[in-house]
Amino acid sequence: MFSNLFKGKRHIKLGIYGPPNSGKTTIANRICKDWLGEEMGSVSAVPHETREVNIKEKITVKHKGKDITFNLIDTPGIATRIDFEDFLKYGLSEKEAKKRAKEATKGVIDAIKWLDDMDCVIAVLDSTLNPYNQVNITIVGNLAARDIPVLICANKIDKKKSNIKKIEAAFPQYEVIPISALKGTNMEEFYESLIRVLK
Amino acid sequence: MLTLQIVPYGEIHNLGSDDRIKKLMKIVKDDKIVLMQGRLEPEEETGLIQKTMEEVKKSFRGIEICTIYPEEHSVEIFDKLRSQFAKMLLGNREGITIIGPANIVKEIRRDPNKIQLYTFNKSPRRKRK
Repeated sequence: MFSNLFKGKRHIKLGIYGPPNSGKTTIANRICKDWLGEEMGSVSAVPHETREVNIKEKITVKHKGKDITFNLIDTPGIATRIDFEDFLKYGLSEKEAKKRAKEATKGVIDAIKWLDDMDCVIAVLDSTLNPYNQVNITIVGNLAARDIPVLICANKIDKKKSNIKKIEAAFPQYEVIPISALKGTNMEEFYESLIRVLK
Repeated sequence: MLTLQIVPYGEIHNLGSDDRIKKLMKIVKDDKIVLMQGRLEPEEETGLIQKTMEEVKKSFRGIEICTIYPEEHSVEIFDKLRSQFAKMLLGNREGITIIGPANIVKEIRRDPNKIQLYTFNKSPRRKRK
């Protein structure tokens, strides 16, 4: 369906989108580590660790004789609510929590603004959580409305509660790739699908 | 007390995207839960999130939103075309959208066939004798 879509383009922009703590930066780090030998950003159990759009340029992925070069754009998690008091539970001081909340709201706005610039998006969903979440639906719906190709990653399959079938049932019209970005599980299938979508 | 405000499709049909978002935000910021007939366009949903983020402060911590939409993938092609034509003429009034302020609505859980709306429990203060 998307074949030849990006032919002739110099820099494909591959965005990583999803709700907070779904593992977007962990996937970005895995890709960068696998193909550049270095990580892209810091990860944390505290939500909204990534509060700015981060870009890594010219990443070339090679798989089974095929290769593709793109700019990777890791975006802040999209949320509909941000409460500084939620951050206090993670041991942040009130000042730090308020600062984090303020930066996080700006991060959400920036992530949405960047949507229009993307050539392709990896939608990262936490496979241990209910996928019928409005943020997931809004992200995938916006990509469909903008005709942006999307690869859905069911992340955290190393966890006991992971339920890939539920994600497949929620988004039946999309290819869902189960991975554990943290452990590096099933990354071969991920890269194969990524090249297929981008080529 | 929890207030649910019904927003029929006719009330938002003729509004532009910005005005729709403004209208919904006004209701939510009055600490009411919106029950809207139909759904916002995907771009309007992200517009609503952007507007929400711009307005987050100590007294307003965002929204919870949930859209229920009839399944389309199992519908026959003829019915699908007919429904799309109807949407072109009448607008997209199918489904229902629930939007609540995050200080009242803790979570809206949705499975394909049901919605569960969780609110914050505010234990009643005991009066001193």
